Amino acid sequence: MPILEGKGMSKSFGGLAAVSNVDFHVEQGEILGLIGPNGAGKTTLFNLISAALVPKSGTIRFKGINITGLKPYKICRMGVARTFQAVKIFGHMPALDNVMLGSYFGMTPGLSSKDAVREATELLEFAGLSALKSTPAKDLTLANQKRLEVARALATKPELLLLDEMMAGLNPTEIAQAMELVTKIQDKGITIVMIEHVMKAIMKVCERIMVLHHGQKIAEGTPREIATSETVIKVYLGERARAGGS
Amino acid sequence: MRRAISNRAFILGFVVVLFILLASLPLLASQYAVILLTSVFMYIIITVSWTMFSGPTGYISLAPAAFFGVGVYTSALLGLSLPLPAVIGIGGLGSFCLALLVGALTLRLKGIYFVMFTFGLVELLLHFIIWWEVNITGTTGRMVPTVSNTTVYYLMLTVFTVLMFTTYFIRRSKYGLALQSIGEEEEAAAHTGINVTALKIITFAVSAFFMGAAGAIMATRWTYIDPRIAFNPLLSFMPVLMAIFGGMGQLYGPIIGAAIFTYLEEFLITRFPYHYMLIFGIIMVLAIVYLPDGVVGLLQKLWKRIPGRKHADT
Repeated sequence: MPILEGKGMSKSFGGLAAVSNVDFHVEQGEILGLIGPNGAGKTTLFNLISAALVPKSGTIRFKGINITGLKPYKICRMGVARTFQAVKIFGHMPALDNVMLGSYFGMTPGLSSKDAVREATELLEFAGLSALKSTPAKDLTLANQKRLEVARALATKPELLLLDEMMAGLNPTEIAQAMELVTKIQDKGITIVMIEHVMKAIMKVCERIMVLHHGQKIAEGTPREIATSETVIKVYLGERARAGGS
Repeated sequence: MRRAISNRAFILGFVVVLFILLASLPLLASQYAVILLTSVFMYIIITVSWTMFSGPTGYISLAPAAFFGVGVYTSALLGLSLPLPAVIGIGGLGSFCLALLVGALTLRLKGIYFVMFTFGLVELLLHFIIWWEVNITGTTGRMVPTVSNTTVYYLMLTVFTVLMFTTYFIRRSKYGLALQSIGEEEEAAAHTGINVTALKIITFAVSAFFMGAAGAIMATRWTYIDPRIAFNPLLSFMPVLMAIFGGMGQLYGPIIGAAIFTYLEEFLITRFPYHYMLIFGIIMVLAIVYLPDGVVGLLQKLWKRIPGRKHADT
């Protein structure tokens, strides 16, 4: 049984079908890449999964349980955490408090403040932010803010993590570090779905890729299959591009 | 570390001494001081409870006058038939329930829409009760059974003490942190497992409880009330101004703001009865322009400037 499964997902804004009739599934323990040109509906799909938006039609099952229509905090407490395309951190709070909120209100509520501090400290170390734990989140670099979002999401103890363009706006070194972090998260046994435009990263890290275009799923397969698929190259990578793979 | 502990012991000792002083005040001071301090406590209660919700979340509520008025009317309606503590409790609960209802309806509104709606609530209740009194009961004002100034003072002090414990507990708990996260990034808070709707509504209602209780007590001092006295829109703006004036970063900011403001009001009203609002307004404008972090922010800045202090407390 897939850990997450969506059937016939649709969502439109006014007359625009942002996501139309998309079926998808995520297997336990894998890293699924979600790609597509701007406006393809990737983030909308994330918003549907995490309940930031209510779908027009379709059902989502997490570990076999229908989670369609639940509130965002419920989805989070069931074990689905996310990050945001434009970072949404608690800017005036120290990094540690940002992460502690995840520990306090995630999958295991009722944590003592001592345990929450310990857990958050460990996660900041995991994300490579131990030196910055008392820095207000707004003063961190973009790369570190993105790491902080990941740490906060992990603090809720998810089984499934949705990463929305974690590498956008980062320099090559930071991208390499982010890729390493993603692999480390997978090693913890957490299933990952990631939206990404950085092709090199997605081809290397993901085991399976799903391509959206104008709200529809146009391809799905291994990185190699996607990199060589005619349709994908035409709509997404451009006529002459031969990216990825190698 | 040792310094932090001795600091905490010092603050605790200070609070205890202050409390004993305040509790024994009616025995030592004049009636005038007791009455003035009752007003100070009334404003402190409204301001601190306003800050409890609006401070961290950034949802600026202009509903205090509505919640306060519910307390005032509870006192007028039940004052003869029930003992005063019960009346105060019911006044608080009435406001609590009203806030639950209003919160459930309006806390999805953001920014200026929420501000306008909460202020609309004051006007709505005011005009509804005027209509009710004129058309149904055929009265415009009501008498409230009075009690002694000292009793009123002690009741205010009790509500104030309970409020301070509540605020302190909320600020120190994970819910205080969660309220702050709602003010910073509500969407991210929701996706971090926080039931933002429930937390907002309950905190809003708890803050309304104290406003209602203060209203129920204050009514007994006024002896006569009518809808325009009970639902005075000024009481919606005062806590906002007092909290800004005092500074919302620290627990004691709104207390200092409310205390200074109430005293200032009293002082100006007696000395300059015709110009006091004008002077008041000018002071407020100056405070907003020159004290962005309130009196507390100013004190902290000055404290840091004293030579040799800079590294001592880090």
